Amino acid sequence: MKERFLKVSPDADQNQEKHFETWLSGKGIPFVSVEAEEAYKARATLIKDAIQLKKKPRRIAICPSAGFFPVQYAGVSMYDAMYDYNALTQAWEKYCNDLTPDAYNAPMTIVPGSVLDILDFKLCRWPGHGVSEQSEYQYVEKEYMKADEYQDLIDDPTGFFMNTFFPRIFGALKPLQKMPLLPPVNEIVCIPPALFPFGDKEVQAAFSSLAKAGEETIRWRDAVRRLNGSVMGKGYPAFSGGFTKAPFDVIGDTLRGTREVLMDMYRHPDELIEACERITPFMIKAGVASCMATGHIMPFIPLHKGADTFMSEEQFQKFYWPTLRKVIIGLVNEGMVPQLFVEGGYNQRLEVISDVPKGKVVWWFDLTDMARAKKTVGRVACIAGNVPLSLLCTATPDEVKAYCKELIDVAGQDGGFIFSTGAGMQGAKAENVSAMIEFSKDYGIYQ
Amino acid sequence: MPNDLVDAMVKMREAEAMELAQKMLDAGEDPLQVLERCREALEIVGKQFEAGKYFLPELILSGEMLKRISKIAKPYMRKESDKKTEAKGTVIIGSVKGDIHDIGKDIVVFLLDTNGFEVHDLGVDVPAEKFVEAISQIQPAVVGMSALLTTALESMKNTIDAIKNAGLRDRVKIMVGGGAVDEKVRKYADADAYGPDAVAAVNLSKEWAKVKG
Repeated sequence: MKERFLKVSPDADQNQEKHFETWLSGKGIPFVSVEAEEAYKARATLIKDAIQLKKKPRRIAICPSAGFFPVQYAGVSMYDAMYDYNALTQAWEKYCNDLTPDAYNAPMTIVPGSVLDILDFKLCRWPGHGVSEQSEYQYVEKEYMKADEYQDLIDDPTGFFMNTFFPRIFGALKPLQKMPLLPPVNEIVCIPPALFPFGDKEVQAAFSSLAKAGEETIRWRDAVRRLNGSVMGKGYPAFSGGFTKAPFDVIGDTLRGTREVLMDMYRHPDELIEACERITPFMIKAGVASCMATGHIMPFIPLHKGADTFMSEEQFQKFYWPTLRKVIIGLVNEGMVPQLFVEGGYNQRLEVISDVPKGKVVWWFDLTDMARAKKTVGRVACIAGNVPLSLLCTATPDEVKAYCKELIDVAGQDGGFIFSTGAGMQGAKAENVSAMIEFSKDYGIYQ
Repeated sequence: MPNDLVDAMVKMREAEAMELAQKMLDAGEDPLQVLERCREALEIVGKQFEAGKYFLPELILSGEMLKRISKIAKPYMRKESDKKTEAKGTVIIGSVKGDIHDIGKDIVVFLLDTNGFEVHDLGVDVPAEKFVEAISQIQPAVVGMSALLTTALESMKNTIDAIKNAGLRDRVKIMVGGGAVDEKVRKYADADAYGPDAVAAVNLSKEWAKVKG
């Protein structure tokens, strides 16, 4: 197979400019006033300038990760946020209006609870369904793909997801295991056998669950869209507009599980690498498509199992980085700016991850040493981060401000920096969040 | 041959380690000696981990090898030698209330177990009262608490407060860990130590169990 996604294409710059132009224009956003439109463009420009490394922005954009913080801040339960779209959007409005961070985090991670009910989702427990109504949803880690199924996944990722993975993680989609393979349906005599499953009552019930879940999801999307329009219309650009993942995390997070994928590096190294390769084009396409749908330029890419404590640098370079880099290059070639959110620490990876095209990505850090990040990967990419959640949850506003000052001094020098938190802010004290945003907006002015 | 087993395990050659262990058992070696070699290997792996040469995959895989070898050694055990070697100390552990994550905690349990501790795993989403009850009944030297969620940090603090209120705080050493935890959280919750990884949990337990013993 032709080697793809290794080199930056000649039109990558042009594609990026084109997408920035669309995003900066704010086209389609119902601005409340001319001033709001100007403010939107000015804030988006702060982010653009930080990313491209061509000039120092006017000031540092303050873009904490809201996480589930707005829910607790508004005093509603996680259950309400997932089941009552009015409660959800009101909570978000309140957070954005009161605390005014520069960028808006749409509540795409607060998925509609009734959709999970309809599909009998097994991968997580959510409020009122295995955890309390006050709790956030939490992942139930299991071996959802067995070691001897690597080849099935490699042969046909789509078929494997439909016929094997979905029946395991959605109770209502169990009948999909009867679905036919699609490539064999290629001439007249193949039609009847391919249609048998669709006459099956159980398969029909699975599709009707999907239709119901789809309709519910559209109600949720419409509520979120109204919220997006309302917040962005006051002058706040969204911080990200799509989603994708590192191929290794796709295999490790929800298919094989942490223990298994880490042991697979010894037990099934070739299959693991081949599976990551097979998943790569899907992850690029998903990142591009999700950004195109929102008119945004940055797909959010949370990175999990490549962190310092999970594997050695050698293992990172062999198993994790090659396909993540392909996803990055694939997205950059389409004009997107991968927003790489490194959970945990990447202190042993800073040199390796500097191998990205200049001014084309955001490396967003959590527990990574920001001074070292600035001196290494910061030469080629915008860095973001990293106010620790432990600080926001347990410290005083003065301690928070002291951290912010040092962070801006160290990481903010000469641009190329977006101020953020090391994780979603659930559990943070409201006075700390407020102190962080107010102080940093003021202290982060360059001129 | 015994050293070959240690070497195979330390170098992560699982198939070879399994074969060597089977051969030793077939040749009539004392199964307890075979398991002792496995522990030796795990000790070396733990040291390599602390030295930053080995990481989670090696910790997990070597522990997994020990588990598999224990299983094949079982039928070879004579009755009198089947007695468990005395535990190094007792640890109770759990993910605090509000948090159902178990991967990190389970790795710590697994490693404490393979290092010869008697571990009482209280599971996940463990209410403060359950910790208090387990401490007064089991009387462990060490209590471990885990949290991945930042929203569970408050519950970690509440759990330690409950242990204080029950008058049990001085009887145990408390270690905390998990993705959301660091030294700041340790201080906030008033635990005795924060462990950044599973090997740290084993080392803390060894230190504290010795003091108590």
